[in-house]
This record gives sequence, structure tokens and C-alpha cells, in this order.
Amino acid sequence: MSIKRLPARHESLQEFIAFISECAEDKGLSDETAGRMELVLEEALVNIFNYAFPLGEGWVEVSCVDDGPGLLIEIRDNGISFDPLSLPDPDLASDASDRMIGGLGVYFMRKMTERILYHRDGETNSLTLGFTDRGDSN
Amino acid sequence: MDINMRKEGDFTVFSISGRLDAMTSPDLEKQIGEWMEKGGTMLAMDMAGLDYISSAGLRIILAAAKKLRPKDGKIFLAGLKKPVMEVFKISGFDAIIPIFDTVEAAREKI
Repeated sequence: MSIKRLPARHESLQEFIAFISECAEDKGLSDETAGRMELVLEEALVNIFNYAFPLGEGWVEVSCVDDGPGLLIEIRDNGISFDPLSLPDPDLASDASDRMIGGLGVYFMRKMTERILYHRDGETNSLTLGFTDRGDSN
Repeated sequence: MDINMRKEGDFTVFSISGRLDAMTSPDLEKQIGEWMEKGGTMLAMDMAGLDYISSAGLRIILAAAKKLRPKDGKIFLAGLKKPVMEVFKISGFDAIIPIFDTVEAAREKI
């Protein structure tokens, strides 16, 4: 298991993404999967940075665990209770000008993971994301 | 993320390379805004060099399309790499923003 903990600030985004890339590479996942992981991680982290810390600073911890043929990524933070899965999905059928601005990130998170789970654990939020190579990656 | 600008007939072409994410999107937003302020209405985004786009980038592009509409302006995208195209497909944005293989192909159509 690999863990990285950084301040909950947008400036930490790049380092977390590099960390995830390395995890995907070490595991031997495809480029397509690694790309999905980076995107999902960015969307999850941006939501956490934007919504979980209205009152000040904190930390976010990303960890990477073997999960059979795939990986489990856990994102923990010590912000306020914030469940990203409770954000509404965008209305993809609506007119362009009304298309959901805030929900797109969570929509990607759902579509691009094999599984996704949130729970509140005492003083921390915990988001677990499962990734594995997809057969239709061509 | 790098942006190079050039004029091609009626269009301004923004060639974008690198990554369009939460950190780099504000820069593109700023450049599009400045271009619009100078009266630009026809925008082609050449993405042949773009490796990655997140919802932050999609939002900037959508916002530009919305602002151009009342001015009878147009925005289109060209040369999308596979991972970037995937994001457009999953979000359904490929149905809203015209996407072409090349800038030339788009100009022939439009």
C-alpha cells in the first residue's frame, strides 16, 4: 500500500495525480485505465477542495491498494462531512445552456470506476474508488 | 498547457497542447475572453496536441459556446486524441460542440 498526504489545496492536485499515475504504472494497468484514474482523481479532489473545507485548511490523503487485477484508491480528508455522491447528476438530455455545471465531475467518477463508495468515519470523509482494465479499451 | 493562436480565413485557431485541467483551464478561459473582447466570433480549437481534459476544461468550452451563440459565432474542435474524445463522448458534449478530424475538414463544412 502506498499513501500520500498533502494539504487540501488545489496546488496539491498535480502531485496527487503523479502519485496515482505511478500506482497505475506499478500495477501494470493500461494507459486507458491510468487516464481514467487521473481524471476521476482530479474530479474527486477538486470537489473535496471546493466543498469540504469552507472553514479553513486541512489535509487529503490518497492511498493505493492492490485489489486483485485492479486497484482500490482511497481518498480521505478531514473536512466537513461531504458526500460527493450526493451531488446531483447532470441532466445530459437538457439543452446545452442548462447543462449541469457542478455535477459533471461526479458523473465522470461514477462512469469511469468499477465501484465507488463513500463513508464518513468519525472526523474524516472516505471515498473508495475501484479501477481495473476494461476490455473495451480500444 | 500551451496555446498558440493563428488566423485562418474567418477563423481564429487556438492550438492547445498539454493538459486542460482544473489548474490550467483558467488560462484558456482568460485567453478566450480576451479574444472575444476584441470581437472574435469564429473559433477553432486544434486539440491535436492535447493529452488530457477534465470537466474543468469542458466547462470553459461550453461557456465559450454559450457566449458565442448570441453573436452568431461558432466554436468547433479538431484533432481530438482518443482519451480526450472519450471524455467528450461520456459527457455527451460531442453532441453539443462540433468535432472534426482536422481544422481543414471543419472549414470545408462551415
